Amino acid sequence: MGGYIKRFIENAGWPRIIIGMFLISLYIAAPFVNVRVLSSLSDTLVRVGMNGVLVLAMVPMVQSGCGLNFGLPLGIIAGLLGATTSLQFETRGFQGFGFAMLVAIPTAAVLGFIYAQILNRVKGEEMMIATYVGFSSVAVTCMAWLLLPFDSPVMIWAYGGSGLRTTISTEGFWRHVLSDFLAFGEEGGTFYFPTGMFIFFFVMIFLMWAFFRTKTGTAITAVGSNPDFARASGINVNRMRTISVMLSTVLGALGILVYEQSFGFIQLYMGPFYMAFPAVAAILLGGASVNKATMVNVIAGTFLFQGILTMTPSVINSLLQSDMSEVIRIIVSNGMILYALTRKTQVKR
Amino acid sequence: MGRMAFEEPILAVESVGKEFFGNKVLSDVSFTLGKGEILGLVGENGAGKSTLMNILFGMPLISSTGGYDGRVVYDGKEARFQSPFDAIDAGVGMVHQEFSLLPGFTVTENIMLNREPTKYNPLVEIFGDRMRTLDRQAMRQRADTAIDAIGFAVDPETLASEMPVGHKQFTEIAREVDRKNTKLLILDEPTAVLAESEAETLVRALRNLSARGISMIFISHRLQEIIDLCDKIVVLRDGRVAQETRPSETDVFKIASAMVGRSVSAASTRVRDAAETEVVLDVENLWVDMPGETVRNVTFSVRRGEIFGIGGLAGQGKLGIANGIMGLFTAGGNVRVRGERLRLNAPAVSLSRDMAFVSEDRRGVGLLLDEAIDWNIAFTAMQVQDKFVRRMLGGLVKWRDDEAMRDAAMEYIKLLEIRCTSHKQRAVELSGGNQQKVCLAKAFVVNPKLLFVSEPTRGIDIGAKRLVLDILKKVNEEQGTTIIVTSSELEELRSICDRIAIVDNGVISGIRPAAAPAEEFGLLMTGDVSVTGPTEGRDI
Repeated sequence: MGGYIKRFIENAGWPRIIIGMFLISLYIAAPFVNVRVLSSLSDTLVRVGMNGVLVLAMVPMVQSGCGLNFGLPLGIIAGLLGATTSLQFETRGFQGFGFAMLVAIPTAAVLGFIYAQILNRVKGEEMMIATYVGFSSVAVTCMAWLLLPFDSPVMIWAYGGSGLRTTISTEGFWRHVLSDFLAFGEEGGTFYFPTGMFIFFFVMIFLMWAFFRTKTGTAITAVGSNPDFARASGINVNRMRTISVMLSTVLGALGILVYEQSFGFIQLYMGPFYMAFPAVAAILLGGASVNKATMVNVIAGTFLFQGILTMTPSVINSLLQSDMSEVIRIIVSNGMILYALTRKTQVKR
Repeated sequence: MGRMAFEEPILAVESVGKEFFGNKVLSDVSFTLGKGEILGLVGENGAGKSTLMNILFGMPLISSTGGYDGRVVYDGKEARFQSPFDAIDAGVGMVHQEFSLLPGFTVTENIMLNREPTKYNPLVEIFGDRMRTLDRQAMRQRADTAIDAIGFAVDPETLASEMPVGHKQFTEIAREVDRKNTKLLILDEPTAVLAESEAETLVRALRNLSARGISMIFISHRLQEIIDLCDKIVVLRDGRVAQETRPSETDVFKIASAMVGRSVSAASTRVRDAAETEVVLDVENLWVDMPGETVRNVTFSVRRGEIFGIGGLAGQGKLGIANGIMGLFTAGGNVRVRGERLRLNAPAVSLSRDMAFVSEDRRGVGLLLDEAIDWNIAFTAMQVQDKFVRRMLGGLVKWRDDEAMRDAAMEYIKLLEIRCTSHKQRAVELSGGNQQKVCLAKAFVVNPKLLFVSEPTRGIDIGAKRLVLDILKKVNEEQGTTIIVTSSELEELRSICDRIAIVDNGVISGIRPAAAPAEEFGLLMTGDVSVTGPTEGRDI
């Protein structure tokens, strides 16, 4: 028994155990401060479903040794472009959502390819460069949102009559198409489970798992593990890295679409600016390192991180009678990133 | 050479021994060095020269690994320097192979570094001695004196970054000379980077110094130089003094044979009609830009079924050859594999031509340290030959076949006696010898016709060494694999190879059958080709 516990601690790692205990204690404390456990759990699950694919988008780049995808906003922009295009063409329901994906995926692939060429020139500094690729792409698209020839009245500024608004509702188009598919209960009720969103999330997880069991996936893992070894085995290292960056970017695009259909709004302009950080924090919290990540890391990390995010406002705020949620969120997410990056055993090359 | 008599020794090394983690690198080394005497120290790479120098100079590496056995008597007292500072205080100077000069400083500043004569100014009263200013005139004078002492004309105001290597070497020596109390100077291959004329000047300078009573230990691979300069010669082999002699009693040939050993018994007894088989690898004018192991112009050919050795001292380019042919470093020239020209600089192409490579850089290139044994063994074969792959959805998906990988790993674990907990153990957790076996398994699994193995026994224990060499022999005999072994250990090459090429300064200085006398190889290594007559080149 003692040995088992020891092994569990070793496998799970202290940060996860501490955060996990904290989360459990929040759930235990909830009823005492008049927070309903079931609806809290529903909130957590909804947020897990919303953010899961974005967290998954970290995996390919981590595995290929490109580090954490701080350039996630680039993929998100492709997703936003898909979303706005589908609204422009007034496609609704599953067709609308599918159309958005259809536009988003190739856009993300192209952007990802360019992004990969940049990262291949800065080996060893990927994460720093990725951060700025993310930031600057957001700034560039700020202009694009104003200038692109969208003219659907649901999306453009009412005054002036041109340029997209900062927040656009997906209501009446494809809000909740995934979330409400085979869902249990109703949002706002005692318990709500967004089945469709989870089906989508797990299909993505399965595809990713399967991909890393193929010959190409194996090569990508080896590139991340030791690029010199991979090269000596005849692998085109830059090509594998490019594939992984494109995959990450495409997943970022899909992830934001899932997020928007559940959230109900498309957030343009500075919306994607900080989107990478919660996803990075989540996968690190899940136990991934800078050059190794598994599907378990994704699921566990998303759940723990989003759990903390949903539970702290309700429970801690009731306890302390003050709004601490934002502070705790920042401490947990940035603290986790800091912790993981200082502990990283420098991506080997 | 009329020198002063050496009555009392300045340095006496008495049965010094040293172990690194149970690996004996020095044992029972004794010699003495008189005042003003120059001792030449020669030996192959790994003979223990550096360790001995580290002991004499008090490098922390020695005390942190458990000190050493025996005694070092310096200047009449037993000396156990705890750090180089102790050694410097006691008057031991060391001139390193790598220069330790500040590039942006002048010769004067470099010579006087940290010993600058200083001038008083009122700020000293407030801020202490750190505020004293440099006495440039005195610095210049002392630098001039030191430069004069070694008898070499170098402008004291030149920046170190703008000097040719030869001048840098002299500046280093001048720095040691400037120390008033320097009694013993250790020079680690000072002539290695020098042109011949510069080397001569240096030798003259060192004689000057010895006439002034400074004793020296002079390490070099250039044997003629040692004979010309030194009063006494100590040859180290495998951590022991193989020979102690005086230049008048020896010659280049004798030193070379003492260096590499005379154990002809170890040499290969392989008698094969290699001449009967066809040439499988034909290398012409190969150059490889591998840092530290530059290959300049190499030409040789290997016949099917042969075990071909490539030897030579470290840094001469022997390791570059295999790396270049396998496409890991930028290379040029004409390489033909089984008659067909090989496209260089493309590892995938080299691998697809039934060649495999066991890299000398085991942890850097040879292994996926963070992955399991089965991945390490199977990866190359999977990527290059589609082994361990199951095709699914009509060949659209190439699925990794974990069972096949496990089976292959198990087979090689048994065959090569890899000691591990399971095929899922990570490579980083294995010992050096077992890691090397994994590297070999990785190469065997692609069934190569031509196998390059670099430094197969570096950093592994004796038992594993034997096993690794036996495996190579067995694969060669049973499967007819042509093997090209690169190694710094000549004895190892002689024990398994048919022919051995010695690389010196980026070119092959000679190819000899393994049974050729050891001293011939020794001479080829040290570049004294003239002594052995013309090389035979490519004939077999």
